[in-house]
Amino acid sequence: MSESVIQVDKLSLTFQTNDGPVHALSDIDLDIQQGDFVSLIGPSGCGKTTLLRVIADLEKATGGNITVNGVSPEAARQARGYGYVFQAAGLYPWRTIAKNVSLPLEIMGLDSATRKERVARNLALVNLEGFEKKYPWQLSGGMQQRASIARALAVEPDLLLMDEPFGALDEIVRDHLNEQLLALWAKTNKTVVFVTHSIPEAVYLSSHIVVMSPRPGRIQDIVVSDLPRERTLDIRETPEFLRIANRVREGLRAGHSYDDVES
Amino acid sequence: MSDTGFKNSILPVTAVCLAILLIWSIASVWLNTPWQKDVFKRAGAENVGAVEFVKATMAQERPKLPSPQQVAVEVYNTTVKKKVTSKRSLIYHSKITLSSALLGFAMGTLLGIVLSVAIVYNRALRKSLMPWIITSQTIPILAIAPMIILVLNSVGVQGLVPKAFISMYLSFFPIVVGMVKGLNSPDIGHMDLMRTYSATNWQSFWKLRLPSSLPYLFTSMKIAIAISIVGAVVAELPTGAVAGLGARLLAGSYYGQTIQIWSALVMASILAGGLVWIVDIIGRLVTKRMGLNHA
Repeated sequence: MSESVIQVDKLSLTFQTNDGPVHALSDIDLDIQQGDFVSLIGPSGCGKTTLLRVIADLEKATGGNITVNGVSPEAARQARGYGYVFQAAGLYPWRTIAKNVSLPLEIMGLDSATRKERVARNLALVNLEGFEKKYPWQLSGGMQQRASIARALAVEPDLLLMDEPFGALDEIVRDHLNEQLLALWAKTNKTVVFVTHSIPEAVYLSSHIVVMSPRPGRIQDIVVSDLPRERTLDIRETPEFLRIANRVREGLRAGHSYDDVES
Repeated sequence: MSDTGFKNSILPVTAVCLAILLIWSIASVWLNTPWQKDVFKRAGAENVGAVEFVKATMAQERPKLPSPQQVAVEVYNTTVKKKVTSKRSLIYHSKITLSSALLGFAMGTLLGIVLSVAIVYNRALRKSLMPWIITSQTIPILAIAPMIILVLNSVGVQGLVPKAFISMYLSFFPIVVGMVKGLNSPDIGHMDLMRTYSATNWQSFWKLRLPSSLPYLFTSMKIAIAISIVGAVVAELPTGAVAGLGARLLAGSYYGQTIQIWSALVMASILAGGLVWIVDIIGRLVTKRMGLNHA
């Protein structure tokens, strides 16, 4: 439980645009341990997705240091050290669900027996047995997102990076997937970095909540949750839950008091 | 889906066909009237009835514009009634044009795909090749076709291949343009996914870019195959009218055989239309099999 998976030290990222430099990330310090569930929360433009993309080596930092699994993000990516779930399910429309989950495994060069076994196991994990031969358009949005989670899990990474995976889904489906994700996390002791802009979702899922604020994108507060690892949706009614949610909300307010107040 | 589409399109297509035939008939009567007046005048025939006159304008031996039924009869006579091996059979000539068009289409498609892959994967080639590819299509094909055939003849390439070159010259262009767009069509999320898997260029080409580009490829191929027929016909003109639909056109114009010219034209368009239709069907089947029709 004490091993650092992600270490971020004075990280900054500045995009050069036609309107001058944009400070997407500024002076980020963060230490994520094995088995943590870390949520990055903040308003649009606070750099939460950018930070996740830097961890995944989809963007390059312009200053500071970052290690993922003890190596550079690029080396971690090349070692397939993480699974990434995008905001959009992003399933390939010409591949069936099973074929979509199998895609990273084909790229990794696994043999077909291993692929088959992992596809079946991970589809079962997200309750999609029986949909192997369906095409993405035949599934609802929630099922497509579950398939994309299965696809990320099939790589069998210890680190799962999730960028607002449930952002486009309705409340009921979202609750259900949150429960499933939490059960999965409790079962596997994976490290999860989860981007969201929903306070209840962040508090319900996380062991650590990183509150970020924009212009420049920076860390406002890191809230450590003392909720038990095993949680049900009912926990959202407890005083402890509301206390943590309040602290997150205060952090968000403090972060852009000079701006329009966001709920 | 294609069935209902076909049923729904019968009425409009028939209506348009009838309209074209009507305009064609009127035009042929109108254009052939002066000559017909002369004929009756020389024959001393007077008080010719309107119906008889119109009938006569549509049945001249060398009309300025043959009537639809004259062309239909000529096409029938030179396809069904002639032996396929006869030099007067339109089927014989169509086969010659078709084979060079298809060879040119295949070469053009291959060249187009190779060029588009080079353009998509190489920045330098993207900047340097594309202007030349566009320039190539601004040269009138009628001007360059005889030169290509002459040059190829002088290095000993004869027969089918020089004609196929003209078809290739025309047909590679829509393939390049469509495939460059198609290979670049995957959205950023799909590309990022490949990056998170640290997929090689070859893997992301084979598993993402190529499948994404197939609908674009088939659209391009429909244009390319029609244009291949045009290329083959044009290529037959400067070869001295030996064989092929282009040769029929040229021979017809030497001897003022307008009916022959028009039947060759009709045959060429039937051929092109049929080929486009076949490519369309294949495209539909492939994309349906890929589960793409609903994407």
